[in-house]
Amino acid sequence: MTRAAEDIVADFQFLEGSDRLQLLLEFSEALPDLDERYGDHPELLERVEECQSPVFIAVDGTAAKIVLHFSAPRESPTTRGFASILFSALSSHSAEEILQLSDDFPTELGLDHIITPLRVRGMRGMFARIKRKTAELVAKDA
Amino acid sequence: MNQLSKIAEYANPDVLVTTEWLKHNLDNVIVVESDEDILLYETGHIPGAVKLDWHTELNHPLRRDYLESEEFAKLMNLKGIGRHDTVVLYGDRSNWWATYAFWVFKLFGHENVLLLDGGRNKWIADGGVITKDKPATTSKDYPVVERHDSEIRAFRDEVLQHIGQPMVDVRSPEEYSGERLHMPDFPNEGATRGGHIPTAASIPWSKSIQEDETFRPLAELEKLYFEDTGYDRRSDFIAYCRIGERSSHSWFVLKYLLGVKNVRNYDGSWTEWGNLVGAPIATGSEPGLAA
Repeated sequence: MTRAAEDIVADFQFLEGSDRLQLLLEFSEALPDLDERYGDHPELLERVEECQSPVFIAVDGTAAKIVLHFSAPRESPTTRGFASILFSALSSHSAEEILQLSDDFPTELGLDHIITPLRVRGMRGMFARIKRKTAELVAKDA
Repeated sequence: MNQLSKIAEYANPDVLVTTEWLKHNLDNVIVVESDEDILLYETGHIPGAVKLDWHTELNHPLRRDYLESEEFAKLMNLKGIGRHDTVVLYGDRSNWWATYAFWVFKLFGHENVLLLDGGRNKWIADGGVITKDKPATTSKDYPVVERHDSEIRAFRDEVLQHIGQPMVDVRSPEEYSGERLHMPDFPNEGATRGGHIPTAASIPWSKSIQEDETFRPLAELEKLYFEDTGYDRRSDFIAYCRIGERSSHSWFVLKYLLGVKNVRNYDGSWTEWGNLVGAPIATGSEPGLAA
């Protein structure tokens, strides 16, 4: 697990019910704006079909330093929160670190009881797609 | 057609209010926000509105069931809702979860429950104020009342008996046909079999909604639910979806807008039926036949 991912899990686990929601809200507010290059070219982004809200991702950078991009509407704060957690945990890390992080990372945040299981599955979908795109990027560069 | 004359045509026009009406009546009602995205309320809500979290607050903590009488009374006290208060529900996604909450209020026989036509998005689109301030609430000693399931809630054995009579599957066409059970990267959507309950008509819930998220006019709803299906409005209806949320929306349309006398929501829905040993299932885009 990346140090950042460990810290995020620890922060969520430390808090109880409504405080966990508050933390997720803070994450949602901290999601960086979409890079202009993607804003002007939405076709470069991939839609995460597993999410109930429209969220799009892109993965670029190099194997040594992967950069993640997300686009999710302001009226979908939960989805933005998930995107922001993945951004903080994974972006600017190496492809190897991203691919090694357990698929269960979204579950380890302990949100299952306060967010619906379907939602948490949406986050797992986002994560699975990031991993796949990271692996594709590495294969292309190799 | 303007919104007021559209509402006046429905079987029960009194259960729907407009944003304009609500702006002038905020002090006389308890506004309750019920969203699919449970963080949305925190980003801003109608002044004075309390939040209802459908996932953590309406369900029984252990069984797959709704709150019991004592818990519902406690929940109402926590939200500052009295038994005779007029509750106005609204939410995101065209009131999808607001109608779910509406249905639960009716399980407990709360009389005065209204719905904001167009929900959260319409309120904002109409220039309604939103705030992050959470109202202070005080208990109004809500009485412990019995939950009445029989009138508006259907259970699996009743659904089995009902096959061949008016039944509405409100999920997406792909879920109805059975194509969509396996989503990319996810081997299981919560049921072991795909398809629909034999003879059920496919009417996705969102077909009842217009661009601005308000309900379609009466004539269009009548076409959708009666003319296109051949169903008789005097019959008993059952609606279902995946877990009973989207079908609360269609339940509301059938009961309050179209005036069908007996409509029940099958909250077990596909996550129960699609896992039920021996339950009959039809696949493809046709309703199929009763066994």
